[in-house]
Amino acid sequence: MSFSALLLDPLSHGFMQRGLAAALLVALVCATLSCFLVLRGWSLMGDAVSHAVLPGIIVAELLALPLTLGAFVAGLFTAWLTGRMAGASRIRPDAVMAILFSGMFALGLVLFLKIETDQHLTHILFGNMLGLEWRDVLEIALIALPTTLIVLAKRRDLLLAGFDPAHARAIGLSVSRLDSLLLILLALAIVAAMKAVGVLLVVAMLIAPGAIAALLSQRFDRMLPIAIAAATLSSLAGTLLSFHVDAATGPAIVVFQSGLVALAIAFRRLKSRAAMA
Amino acid sequence: MNDRAPPVRAFAPSLAVSDLWVTYANGVTAVQGAGFALRAGTITALVGVNGSGKSSLFKAIMGFLTPARGTVTLSGRPVREALKAGLVAYVPQAEEVDWTFPVLVEDVVMMGRYGRMNLMRIPRAVDRAAVSAALERVGLADLRKRQIGELSGGQRKRVFLARAMAQESEIILLDEPFTGVDVTTENAIIALLRAMRDEGRLMLVSTHNLGSVPDFCDEVVLFNKTVLAQGPTATTFTEANLATAFGGSLRHIRLGGGALHDDDDDRRVTVLTDDERPLVLYGPRDAETLVKRPPEEPR
Repeated sequence: MSFSALLLDPLSHGFMQRGLAAALLVALVCATLSCFLVLRGWSLMGDAVSHAVLPGIIVAELLALPLTLGAFVAGLFTAWLTGRMAGASRIRPDAVMAILFSGMFALGLVLFLKIETDQHLTHILFGNMLGLEWRDVLEIALIALPTTLIVLAKRRDLLLAGFDPAHARAIGLSVSRLDSLLLILLALAIVAAMKAVGVLLVVAMLIAPGAIAALLSQRFDRMLPIAIAAATLSSLAGTLLSFHVDAATGPAIVVFQSGLVALAIAFRRLKSRAAMA
Repeated sequence: MNDRAPPVRAFAPSLAVSDLWVTYANGVTAVQGAGFALRAGTITALVGVNGSGKSSLFKAIMGFLTPARGTVTLSGRPVREALKAGLVAYVPQAEEVDWTFPVLVEDVVMMGRYGRMNLMRIPRAVDRAAVSAALERVGLADLRKRQIGELSGGQRKRVFLARAMAQESEIILLDEPFTGVDVTTENAIIALLRAMRDEGRLMLVSTHNLGSVPDFCDEVVLFNKTVLAQGPTATTFTEANLATAFGGSLRHIRLGGGALHDDDDDRRVTVLTDDERPLVLYGPRDAETLVKRPPEEPR
């Protein structure tokens, strides 16, 4: 297959241009955040918040509010509730999150089947990358780009709050405020990714790039570009593959990302074996 | 902008705790009316059994928890203000830090400079110089590009001391600095602490390593929910005071009379230990004094 057939033919279609633009924006914001989630051990929080946005979308639809707003509020509410429940009860945080996210997700499904809506459940769950309008892409950009910039600008403080919270407090930083900031940015990233890859697959985008970067580098400042590169490559490859073999776009991207995680693990193994030999 | 090494600042620290009470949500009162004052250019040992409220006292001094009553004053300022001004450094216990984090030795020391940087924490030449100088001083300049988890226990401690130096803070709190380090490293750390004291800083060291206290601490605060005794090490760090502070929880070995001497010499040897390096006292009955550690053998 020639370069033109592989890359340029797909991009001659407007829906492919929009899909690819959305995929790259989502890759950027999720990859940046994923570095922090993986290091903080917050992967499950990404899972919880993404599942929890479902009832928010339905309620927003019911009240004729923007769906993104409903999703954002529901996601933040769940993150806040997780903190409260984990702090105030003897249940461990992982159990609290598992209960909350399946509970919120189930509530969303109950509401969805009860309420007349012109939303497609599969689009909410798995995204509708190739069916996006330019205004959808613009909305994704308006959330994804500022979120990425804030994460990058605050990256050293966010890292310090995870690595050594006592020192963060000792120099007068508020660790709880930094944690809240990270949760708000997480909810924003999920809302941005929702229309493109859906609430179920976004969690892969929020974990895999950071995991790949953590496997390949011991330096945080190198993790960020590695994660962004891995996510960008997967989005590009997944979107093009879905065009050529007529596969679902979001899942194709996630399959590529998972493949890269496997490669990174294999690379680490080979490297440590070489170091021992 | 000043691109040279940071100027040596004149340190004038003080630390005053007055009628401090700390009560937790579950009703446990960990600190009951503690009060003491520490001076510039001194190292003070905070000594007490596990569960004596030492760490609650530390947390209250660092502003990590709000006291139910009483005040903490750091260099004449309330805690929050002193922290914002970067006056206080904290050297954590090993288990408080996630050693798998992808940060290098120099990154950790640079964290000491964050309070002096802009909001994006972009290092200036003066910050890099302070980091290099601190690493040089603790003898880790060669390891600055290592990931923090690759270091030994003693090297990790020195990284955090270097961070406190780079921070240029005048008050330094150390939590169990000798846990898990060998005697050589312990001596190296003690030498660094003394040098930092001689620059005029104030240091408070929480420890149950009784034997090393006389080696480097000028003052002692014996603690069990409140201050049991405070004063110069020579007069305060006595068997009687330690017995009060520790109750029956110390290992206590005494040799005297016929077991030690074959005449009627009433001098005796007393060994007190909390399973760390023991405190050894020797002398006439009820007037035993500290046995100084023998000078280090040249290596």
